[in-house]
Amino acid sequence: MRKFRLIAGVLVLGLSLAACGGAKVEDDSAAAPSASAAGAAGASAGGTVKMAINGWVGYEASAAVLSYLLEKELGYKVEKVTLAEEPSWQGLESGDVDVIVENWGHEDLKKKYIEEKNVAVEAGSTGNKGVIGWYVPEWMVQKYPDITDYKNLNKYADLFKTSESGGKGQMLDGDPSFVTNDEALVKNLKLNYKVVYAGSEAALIKAAKQATDQKKPLLMYFYEPQWLFNQVKLVKVNLPAYTEGCDADPKKVACDYPPYDLDKIVSKKFADTGGKAFELVKAFQWTNDDQNAVADDITNNGMSAEDAAKKWVEANPAKWQAWMPK
Amino acid sequence: MVSAPVQAAPPVRAPAPVRRLPRWVAPVAGVVAVVALYVAFRGRAVLPHDDDATLFHWLNDARDWVDANRNSSPIFIYVVNYIRLGAAELFTLIQSALTALGWPGLVGLAAGLGWLAGGWRIALVSLAGFAGVGVLGFWEASVETLALTLSAVLLSLLFGIPLGVWAGRSPRVRRIVTPVLDVMQIMPTFSYLSPMVLLFLIGPASATIATMIYAMPPAIRITSLAIQRVPAVTVEASESLGATGGQTLRKVRLPLALNTIMLGVNQTIAAALAMVPLTALIAAPGLGEDLIRALARVNVGAALVPGVAIVLLAIVLDRVTRAAAQRRGGGNRARAVRWGGFAVLTAAGIALTPVMAQEFPEQWQVQIVRPINDVVDWIETHWYVFTGFLNDTVAYGLLNPLQNVLTSAPWWLITAAVLVFAWRLSGPAAGLVAAGCLLGVAALGLWAHSMETLTMVLVGSLITIAAGLALGVAAARSRWFAAVLRPLLDAAQTMPSFSYLLPAVALFGNGRFTAIMASFIYAVPVVARLVEDGLRAVPGTVMEAARSAGSTDRQLLWKVQLPMARGSLLLAANQGIVMTLAMVVIGALVGAGALGYDVVAGFAQQEDYGKGLAAGVALVLLGVMLDRITQGANGRRSPHKKRNA
Repeated sequence: MRKFRLIAGVLVLGLSLAACGGAKVEDDSAAAPSASAAGAAGASAGGTVKMAINGWVGYEASAAVLSYLLEKELGYKVEKVTLAEEPSWQGLESGDVDVIVENWGHEDLKKKYIEEKNVAVEAGSTGNKGVIGWYVPEWMVQKYPDITDYKNLNKYADLFKTSESGGKGQMLDGDPSFVTNDEALVKNLKLNYKVVYAGSEAALIKAAKQATDQKKPLLMYFYEPQWLFNQVKLVKVNLPAYTEGCDADPKKVACDYPPYDLDKIVSKKFADTGGKAFELVKAFQWTNDDQNAVADDITNNGMSAEDAAKKWVEANPAKWQAWMPK
Repeated sequence: MVSAPVQAAPPVRAPAPVRRLPRWVAPVAGVVAVVALYVAFRGRAVLPHDDDATLFHWLNDARDWVDANRNSSPIFIYVVNYIRLGAAELFTLIQSALTALGWPGLVGLAAGLGWLAGGWRIALVSLAGFAGVGVLGFWEASVETLALTLSAVLLSLLFGIPLGVWAGRSPRVRRIVTPVLDVMQIMPTFSYLSPMVLLFLIGPASATIATMIYAMPPAIRITSLAIQRVPAVTVEASESLGATGGQTLRKVRLPLALNTIMLGVNQTIAAALAMVPLTALIAAPGLGEDLIRALARVNVGAALVPGVAIVLLAIVLDRVTRAAAQRRGGGNRARAVRWGGFAVLTAAGIALTPVMAQEFPEQWQVQIVRPINDVVDWIETHWYVFTGFLNDTVAYGLLNPLQNVLTSAPWWLITAAVLVFAWRLSGPAAGLVAAGCLLGVAALGLWAHSMETLTMVLVGSLITIAAGLALGVAAARSRWFAAVLRPLLDAAQTMPSFSYLLPAVALFGNGRFTAIMASFIYAVPVVARLVEDGLRAVPGTVMEAARSAGSTDRQLLWKVQLPMARGSLLLAANQGIVMTLAMVVIGALVGAGALGYDVVAGFAQQEDYGKGLAAGVALVLLGVMLDRITQGANGRRSPHKKRNA
């Protein structure tokens, strides 16, 4: 018994001694530029770049091409970290993430992590234009031409009922971590709908395909760039037009999503010490069509992300050579 | 909710004295009263969900405070951040060590340890298991998962064993620790994540700590049990020979308890392996990441294969530690053979490392993702009508009506019904705790969502318990059936809960029924096993007596076996319900909504953080409530309980 108290005492003492200096979050070896222990997060050639991978294939396509170039052309090792959007930003702070390849807006996070905490930095546009909206399959528009106006959605709510929508129309959303105002929109536009989360991009795509093939009614959250638009015809529903600042309060949003200029975010540390890797990330810019081509290969042509990236890189040397650090 | 559990576990009381009302009168009267009150007060005193509850804002503010002071508050810079750094260092250390061994070295070491623990059989299992992970094409991710598991287990044991020894020697400590451990083991894995992220941010450190906390209870419980079981006579002998307390502990108690403590290690590893995949949600590396990616792609094959890899790891670790827990005789020679074999196997592996390729050779890998997906695609297209019908039947026939009742009933009526029901089934203390938990849920502002979760749990456990009972009875009757069933159940039990979501999604689309089906696959093995064990434990003489008295098989089952196995059946129901809760919550990842969704949204969207944290607490309360109700006359639970939920 006494022995245990002793051991406990020693432990406490040891801990407090060790703690004398005090530790900040960035002291994590993985986050400190000088340290080498955790994956040598340094930045000279042969260093490691930790890249967040968010859960949609367009993101993965951009990330695949970037990591292919980082690894094959610049000799870095890329560690991919599968994470949701907001936790990726936390990763910039904790040292688990160096690069977010495709950021959708997130003005609140920019304020917090870039302005207030000063742990992240913008690294320029990806060149991709992002659209988020509500979509119905094309056959529904032919059958119910006025369905594309949100004001008429209540009229058709019955069509969209499912076992999960509690007697209302179902508004199918994706992953709960995606950028979405849909619950607020349904509430503030007084729509007789319930937001149901499919859980992932793939589940949305499956629903869209089924809705088109089997002529099943479907109202869903979706976005561009997205390869599916080359295969399945979807029509955007018009929500009240977006005006600057109409989405400032997430609980009171009653307007459409803004047009997004998708951009890259990197950790402050990576911006300061990332060398050529940072330069490449910063210079990376391509079109929605480029991204869709790679995403399509990954999803539909049975290619691994790496193979798809390789194919694109080999086909478009002029484009990527322009990104290369001099 | 009132009627369903009654069917699941009918209260069997000692035969009532003559000339009292028949046994069924009181329950029926109770049910009638609840129904009458429901009809009278329906829609009144309901607690609709409010995303803007004050409590959620408070929690958000607390989060903001932590975020702002992470690098300045003394609590953080002197304590919390050091814990984080320490855990990160440990993980990095173990991971680098495992990676440095190279794959031949690690396979060799595993085989060596297997040899050391249990001879050539176990060595072979280890060899095959670890090689199998490589063949599946998940070597690197598996090593990361292994590293995470080992660091968490190491920490669990570091804290758990001393605590267990202390609890084993002091009844007072035991009384304090036991309820805490109960709650820890009931807590759905999901609830651990948000608080961890708040304190330790995301990353492997946070994941290690979450897993450590989750895996510690078995270490404490079993160590305590082992110490208690050391014969008092031996301890007295040691003391009378003049040994100090410390000497008695080191030379007598611990050695005598060692084998049982090894079982604790075994259980701790199993618990850690169950938790580790889930920590991928907070940026832990390893197989969990592959599972999440598969989930995002709705790729069933890609979700099952890493699942199988985890099963292989689990089998190896289980067999090795189990073998190590067995007493082995033999003199110096046997010991020399053991250590010699260990050294030879390990050295052979390590010697091969520089020779062989650094990565597990690709030509040895077997691609099974595509064939699995082909099968799934086929089922999806051909069974669509059937699966859709099943989904709609359960949703419209069971889930929606039950959910309507639960969300439209006054909160006080549900609380009172739970109080009375739990009281009758498990005694006054259980009744009060269960009702208290419900009040807590109401106070958290999550009543409506909790009722939705409860609906899924009730329907899910009803299906699970029914199927588990049928399987268990069948297995107890036929040795042949049991022999086929056992390995299947073993594998199903060790699969990470995650892996079950996808087959369910593929078959039934997204929604509550999918979550229920996933929890069904997840919990049935445990229920079936407990039922089978319970039935098998009925003494043969009793069965003989009943048979010779002319009982038919059916009578034997219903009048003798099932009543006599009541304890096991209650435990089975208890486990089935608690596991269903844990899984249904994870179903939020595929659109099951309710509390699970609040938790997921909580760590994915900052404005929902407070709600998510509160939902985690509500889940714990729901878990405790369900556990107390069903814990019943079974009394103290066994330390082996719930190894995988």
